[in-house]
Amino acid sequence: MNKKVLFGCGGVLAVALIVGVMLVMWGVGIYNNLVTMDEQVTSSWSQVENQYQRRTDLIPNLVNTVKGVAAFEKETFTAVTEARSRVNQINVSSDILNDPNAFRQFQSAQDGLSSALSRLLVTVEKYPELKANENFLQLQAQLEGTENRISVERKKFNESVQTYNTTRRRFPANFIAGIAGFGEKQYFQAVEGSDVAPKVEF
Amino acid sequence: MKKSIYIVVLFLISGFLLAQPRIPNLKNYATDLTGTLNSSELNQINQELTRFDEATSTQIVLLMIPSLEGYPLEMLSHEIAEKNKIGTKENSNGILFLVVKNDRKMRIEVGYGLEGALPDALASSILRNDVAQHFKKDQYLGGIIAGLNSIVSAVKGEYKQEKKKRKDNDGGGFPFIYIIIIIIISFFSRGKRGGLGTLLLLGALSGGRSRGGGSFGGGGFGGFSGGGSFGGGGSSGSW
Repeated sequence: MNKKVLFGCGGVLAVALIVGVMLVMWGVGIYNNLVTMDEQVTSSWSQVENQYQRRTDLIPNLVNTVKGVAAFEKETFTAVTEARSRVNQINVSSDILNDPNAFRQFQSAQDGLSSALSRLLVTVEKYPELKANENFLQLQAQLEGTENRISVERKKFNESVQTYNTTRRRFPANFIAGIAGFGEKQYFQAVEGSDVAPKVEF
Repeated sequence: MKKSIYIVVLFLISGFLLAQPRIPNLKNYATDLTGTLNSSELNQINQELTRFDEATSTQIVLLMIPSLEGYPLEMLSHEIAEKNKIGTKENSNGILFLVVKNDRKMRIEVGYGLEGALPDALASSILRNDVAQHFKKDQYLGGIIAGLNSIVSAVKGEYKQEKKKRKDNDGGGFPFIYIIIIIIISFFSRGKRGGLGTLLLLGALSGGRSRGGGSFGGGGFGGFSGGGSFGGGGSSGSW
């Protein structure tokens, strides 16, 4: 009699243990999946940052080349330089993806630089000497290429954030995400004109 | 009532589909959807690009389309390049040379792995200085060949082919075995139907010869499957 009760208790315990282990393993699986996606978002973010950095680095060269020919377009140059320094002032930490405010600030500074640059390139159209200047044409190609890379990397970034956010909010995973502190990540918003590379047709 | 709803839905769907030109599924290294190049010219370009892929594993793909249908060139070119998986996955060494004939626009889309060998400034210079002058005179073949030559000379030292060499030997070995089998068969069936064995043997020999001619796998080249990534590198131009 006693033995039977003991045996029954043992059985229940064993089942509970198995269920517990399965639950933990299931949780670990979801957790690891979230970690993988989180890393994916981080790596695509670093690509975005790289390309933005590359653009920032290109600007002094471009401005110098243009300045030689179109020295009196002071306003346009100042706008570009100011927008660039605003971009440089932003302190990009890895936390930016979880912080809507910081992210919005970053995006608006970069978009400001985009529009200042596109204005510069439109102004430049007035100077036929520049259109024949191989150095300028190459810089322009580099800038266009960088703008294009930025939009590609932004798109890839948004896709990886979408995968992450969707998984994070789905039913069983949202518990694990809540416990382990996986927050929602920020997207790039398509601000008017920012998704279009400043392109000058000659 | 219901019918009209269906019609509205159909319209919406078709409008949605029209918003973006179809992404062509490329089967060859050189594809012309405008009918500008004739088949022997295309074949020649194809053979050259096949040979280049065999030697370097770098895939250069030429595509001519009639129009962008209002879609941005850069986005279309990136999508075509990525969806067709041009270039190998390890090296992302694919290049798409896209010519949009009626819009008079063109682009060299460069895979991640070749951005060093063919930077944007060089791509832009190839389009402006090598290709555009031919296209302006409606010399499409000349412009394409000049462009492809410059691309090839920019990227030829970047990667080496490692895997496909073995495949090439397999390709050489296969008809040889085939010939031996045919000889054995013809030897055994000589008494009864000598004619058939000789016929098969001839077939095997001629098959072997065409194989030796250059492009292996010509029988069933089912498109690209490398899966190279493109990050938007390259340059656009017009003429």
